[in-house]
Amino acid sequence: MAKDELTILGRPESLSDNITHYCPGCTHGIIHRLVAESIDELGVRERTVGVAPVGCAVLIYNYLNVDFMESPHGRAPALATGFKRLRPDMIVFTYQGDGDLASIGMSEIIHAANRGEKFTVVFVNNAIYGMTGGQMAPTTMPHQKTTTSPMGRDVSLSGYPIRVAELLSSLRTPAYIARTAVHTPIHVIDAKQKIKRAFAYQIQGKCFSLVEVLSTCPTNWGIAPDAATRWVTDNMMPYYPLGTFKTPEEEIA
Amino acid sequence: MAKKLMKGNEAIAEAAVCVGAINYFAYPITPQSEVAEYLARRLPEVGGVFIQAESEVAVGNMLFGAACSGKRVFTTSSSPGISLMQEAISYMAGAHLPVVIVNIMRGGPGLGGILPAQSDYFQAVKGGGHGDYRLIVLAPSSVQEAVDLTILAFQLADKYRAPVMMIGDGMIGQMMESVEFPAKYQDPPLPPKDWALGGARGRKPQVIKSLFLDPIALEKNNILLAEKYKVIRENEVRYELYKVNNKNRLLLFAYGMMARICQTAIDELETEGISVGLFRPISLFPFPEKEVYREVLKDNIERLLTVEMSMGQMVEDIERCSKGKKPLGFYGRTGGIVPMTEEVKGAVKKELGLVK
Ligand SMILES: Cc1ncc(C[n+]2csc(CCOP(=O)(O)OP(=O)(O)O)c2C)c(N)n1
Ligand code: SF4
Repeated sequence: MAKDELTILGRPESLSDNITHYCPGCTHGIIHRLVAESIDELGVRERTVGVAPVGCAVLIYNYLNVDFMESPHGRAPALATGFKRLRPDMIVFTYQGDGDLASIGMSEIIHAANRGEKFTVVFVNNAIYGMTGGQMAPTTMPHQKTTTSPMGRDVSLSGYPIRVAELLSSLRTPAYIARTAVHTPIHVIDAKQKIKRAFAYQIQGKCFSLVEVLSTCPTNWGIAPDAATRWVTDNMMPYYPLGTFKTPEEEIA
Repeated sequence: MAKKLMKGNEAIAEAAVCVGAINYFAYPITPQSEVAEYLARRLPEVGGVFIQAESEVAVGNMLFGAACSGKRVFTTSSSPGISLMQEAISYMAGAHLPVVIVNIMRGGPGLGGILPAQSDYFQAVKGGGHGDYRLIVLAPSSVQEAVDLTILAFQLADKYRAPVMMIGDGMIGQMMESVEFPAKYQDPPLPPKDWALGGARGRKPQVIKSLFLDPIALEKNNILLAEKYKVIRENEVRYELYKVNNKNRLLLFAYGMMARICQTAIDELETEGISVGLFRPISLFPFPEKEVYREVLKDNIERLLTVEMSMGQMVEDIERCSKGKKPLGFYGRTGGIVPMTEEVKGAVKKELGLVK
């Protein structure tokens, strides 16, 4: 390399060079990269253990260069709890979809958060079950059509979408809980800051941390990638406001 | 070490501590909550981890995650709780993880009752979860044996990288007997836990998983499991014979506490001049298949009788292993009712045609 050349962006060490299986326009890949960058920048790659979900990201262990265990559907917070309690010196994170975390795994996530388990959750909310072909999730928008809500989500029968960040931030136990998105460059920057901050809290041994990331699923939303990014802005963001919902610094009486 | 008078549940807990299994996850359920109550006090003293989980689903999966560290981990529960752990048990078997699970059985199905039973034999021995896997299953018949088999369970789990289940009925958990623990416990030689997760420092990342999307790879994992079970079948069969001799007219089959009651029945029948022997499987998987057949074939044995605290579960294995060589009877009580010595004696006499 010539002396005056400057690498402004390389592949994070924590990101493998395997080609992902994600659909065109899917933002899972971006979120993977942000996790990898955060791990690298915090210098914890060699002591990080991830917990893979059941969902489109089930093969995440092929894309991140860290140790991994693969969980049953929704149970990642229980696995992370078991491991982290025995190895408090390790940095542990789960990476979970909205069907995984907010439906089948709701009990595990609430209790892990409530116990204040010191691991990090990257929660990918794409308002649908991606892997199984586009069924309704607890986070599916009102009137949103899915294969199991062909007329659109009927809130009188299925209730309203669950706002996980708000729900978990209502717990008394100190935690870092934030929501972000990755469908535009400005949001990617925000997401990076929040994910890194979540890991940083864990490294300091402070608290449970969870970042909800609004994500796209053009394949099962049945729209093109560019339309999918607009769909996040128009439909998801008004219902799922971005922001920081809870930090361990704010002590509630 | 001096003998101590201990309740079965507490003795199991102390046996685990003795082998360094100081990481325990549980959810309360009668008749074994004493294990958690004991360990909630005991584990902090030895620097262990105790978590009362939100459910047995979480217990199973905390075990899963904790086992990935390579440290010894275990849980205890009773029938309905064990049902909820089946998901994690299947995953842990598929991922080759050593864990120990104790089921202090109560009557089922459903919420059933809280009294002793042996009605989870099928679930434990034939596989309660999905997929082509087996558990090593051990069944103690005294508090001392519960201690010994708890110790063995951790050794076997590590030796074979496999989940091991110990099943006892509620009686074993609740009764007090004198027990002895190893004075200075030392593990036998065991394979290194180089599969454990602990960060990709100076090595490639490791993954612990049961997912194999490629059918060839999945079949390979199943073959690996099957080969492991074959070695277990060849090396880990355990059983005990009681008063088995060439005068026996009938051979009884029973495991766990039921076998103790059968022993008393055998002693009393002896005084009446009726010679009966007892075959007590200790390892329910691997089942003492050849040994059962060997005993069944003996010329003096006219008939066989299996006695269980269930409507008849192990009896199917006795039927399978005796290959129809001798007539096989069954006597069982369930719902928490324990067959009394008199009932067993009556069943033996009936089987031999001595009474109507
Ligand atoms: C116990 C169990 N039930 C159902 C499934 C099938 N299943 C696999 S992935 C999935 C949903 C995934 O959706 P989500 O968590 O939103 O992740 P995404 O694929 O959208 O990233 C389901 C229902 C399973 N694997 N295990
Ligand atoms: S199905 Fe949806 S979530 Fe899954 S990879 Fe494709 S776009 Fe992404």
